[in-house]
Amino acid sequence: MSEALLQVKDLKVAYGGIHAVKGIDLEIGHGELVALIGANGAGKTTTLKTLVGMIKPAGGEILFDGQPTARLASYQYVGRGLVLVPEGRGVFPRLTVAENLLMGAHVRNDKPGIAHDIERVYHLFPRLKERQAQLAGTLSGGEQQMLAIGRAIMSRPKLLLLDEPSMGLAPIIVQKIFEIIRMIAAEGVTMLLVEQNAKLALETANRGYVMESGRITLADSAANLLANEAIQKAYLGE
Amino acid sequence: MDIFIQQLINGLIVGSIYALIALGYTMVYGIMQLINFAHGEIVMIGAMVTITCINLLLGLGVQLPGPLLLLAGLLMAIPVSMLLGFTIERVAYRPLRRAPRLAPLITAIGVSIVLQQLAMLIWGRNYRPFPAILPTVVHDFYGAAITDLQIAIFILAFLLMGGLFFLIERTKLGRAMRATSQNPDVAGLMGVNINTVISMTFVIGSALGAVAGVMVAANYDQAHAYMGFMIGLKAFTAAVLGGIGNLAGAVVGGILLGLIESLGSGYLGDLTGGFLGSHYKDIFAFVVLIAVLIFRPSGLMGERVAERA
Repeated sequence: MSEALLQVKDLKVAYGGIHAVKGIDLEIGHGELVALIGANGAGKTTTLKTLVGMIKPAGGEILFDGQPTARLASYQYVGRGLVLVPEGRGVFPRLTVAENLLMGAHVRNDKPGIAHDIERVYHLFPRLKERQAQLAGTLSGGEQQMLAIGRAIMSRPKLLLLDEPSMGLAPIIVQKIFEIIRMIAAEGVTMLLVEQNAKLALETANRGYVMESGRITLADSAANLLANEAIQKAYLGE
Repeated sequence: MDIFIQQLINGLIVGSIYALIALGYTMVYGIMQLINFAHGEIVMIGAMVTITCINLLLGLGVQLPGPLLLLAGLLMAIPVSMLLGFTIERVAYRPLRRAPRLAPLITAIGVSIVLQQLAMLIWGRNYRPFPAILPTVVHDFYGAAITDLQIAIFILAFLLMGGLFFLIERTKLGRAMRATSQNPDVAGLMGVNINTVISMTFVIGSALGAVAGVMVAANYDQAHAYMGFMIGLKAFTAAVLGGIGNLAGAVVGGILLGLIESLGSGYLGDLTGGFLGSHYKDIFAFVVLIAVLIFRPSGLMGERVAERA
């Protein structure tokens, strides 16, 4: 691997007087699927939001594709290839499924490419095709998660950030969502996956970071983390 | 003359103007939950600029048919109002985007007063007559009278509304506007420049407002620096009646309010035995506003689609 796709150095984030992220280093190489696990309130979501410019960092540096992102406005990140599937999905409830997908391609202007990618998303998620004319607010939670992921893919991201894709979903739906995540990874999309379900996340990822109260406390291959006794006790419930 | 049909016609004409203005209120509210109380002043300035422009052309001895003179005035007024709407948002509302909701509301009232006073300085405190450039052609319609001007107002209002609906429902900008109104943070993630979308909302609403202002001035043959206050309040009432934030609701609310006001004032004298005359017509808008706020605060079409978690 020549140069990492994402390099985060000593990133600090503070808001409302709280230091949510206290100087972390992260690196994600091209084509990797990296999991970021940790307890509630460890700073995982804050980290993701900072990576896409929704929160401005208090210190440190973020290099994406070799370029610093500090000067980008938040709406410019997606054009650079960085997109977040937010916690709670954030679909546009009163847009149709098809319109939600088109919103994912908002920064693109290649009509044939967009049409092709919509078909690709419908191929990954046949349920969305059946419901393409339906308002997104009427979909089930699992369908909304599929839509949120499909919408993010529509931007043809270089790095896809996923925040708690399993949240609030039935186990069988979670399995389905993770199957799709593996399929997308197999297509070569680089991903950073934040998950409370640490076992599932580490079984899916190549590498993992463990975050505790704003700091990265462990970084290793997913297999090693799964075998780590301390991790098993703290996060895997074994 | 048939009073019922006559008032029906008047109500539809006035209602279609209310609807155009109400769309400006409801678009801004839909995107940033702000009541832009300065919108009425944008309507007024549209009327004033048009009158000034026509008088200027007449003063220069320009020989053009009336409708073309009116068009020239409109083409001047629309960009002025658009620029004004754009500027108001940039100067008065954008710095308060993250402030408590009361702050921009008070600012809106402040902007409205500033614009009224400014208009007084420029155009004086007297009524400005609308130049008599349009021939008055009256048609008989089942015993009621309708003029060419009224027919033109009605058709133009609905053409503009149709254009707006096309823009909102069928174009990329419209889709971005709807997405922004539903979830601005995620719209930003998708690459929508929220500031541009909000500016466009003000600009489009102001253009419709300018046209509506000219319609009001042409229909009543006059304009005044304070005209924006009452027409703005009524259009706001129409937007609330239809369900604020809902475009179709603004159209329905506008037409309904026009009809209620027109029919109500037409029969008010008979109903009260001559105690109250038709010059009390303004009370209808506010009776409607109070009734809606008490009995159906979300408005006629303000119900949202059920959203599952």
